[in-house]
Amino acid sequence: MGDTSVFVVAFLGAAVEVIEMAIIVVGVGTIRGWRSTWLGAGAGLGVLAALVVALGTALQAVPIDLLRLLIGALLLIFGLQWLRKGIQRVSANGLRGMGRRDATAESIPASGVDWTAFVLAFKGVLLEGLEVAFIVISVGLAAQALSIAALAAALAFVVIVGAGLLARRWVERVPRSALQLVVGTLLSSFGTFWSVQGLGVSWPGNDLAILLLVGWYLLTAVAGIELVRLHARRPTLEKVPL
Amino acid sequence: MNLILGWLRAFGRFWYGFIVGDDWTLAATVVVALVATWWLHTAGIAAWWVVPFAAAGALGVSLGRAGA
Repeated sequence: MGDTSVFVVAFLGAAVEVIEMAIIVVGVGTIRGWRSTWLGAGAGLGVLAALVVALGTALQAVPIDLLRLLIGALLLIFGLQWLRKGIQRVSANGLRGMGRRDATAESIPASGVDWTAFVLAFKGVLLEGLEVAFIVISVGLAAQALSIAALAAALAFVVIVGAGLLARRWVERVPRSALQLVVGTLLSSFGTFWSVQGLGVSWPGNDLAILLLVGWYLLTAVAGIELVRLHARRPTLEKVPL
Repeated sequence: MNLILGWLRAFGRFWYGFIVGDDWTLAATVVVALVATWWLHTAGIAAWWVVPFAAAGALGVSLGRAGA
């Protein structure tokens, strides 16, 4: 698997989660004030960095075939869940952005730390960041290109957070449902490829099989969207008198 | 102690929800398909097709059940 593929998968996968992270942080900061929000976001990033370093170092000692089998299976399960959610969202709403997550405007302390803003930003950054870390470590280790995957995720972080700060409304309009569908397709494809490869099974065409798998899961997604829309239309059709 | 157990449970719930999500049958299908792939491979039969077909089938069944 080429470095470009690793970069694209890690960048897109990280971008989906970083969009959510940016919306939470920008939303909390706008409503509750920026000082405590930045403190919470910074603390979340610190804990996240420590977890990634510890987990990444520990996993590098595991044999590559076993790693590919386990990580591939996890990526496939995770990718199928995203594909399922993406199919349901695109079927129901078409392509549209994430929208704003409003925080409840309660009394904001005039001085000191606003713990509501701190905890909201901390949890938002840590939880969404853990999901980014999972994608980076999985894709990076299975392709033996951890630094490329980490670089892609860092770039996604800089681009999305920068755009979030500069153009909040633009970030809210990013069609997250479609992005989730595309990333679900990519993660399912790579997860399938690596898990089967980890069992010692050869793919016809070697790395080219990944492209066929992407096509296969895209076709599955299109069929899935039609299936969900058909189910949604059925009660309406049954009510129509013959 | 209760605080640590509660935190561990919440941590476990987060990862279960994150990876396995709303429908555990997708995860179960992946595991069964990988076992079947390994079994066919050790029997000398080409088995690369098992997981993609099983995953697509499980996704269709899951979506159909959710919409039913």
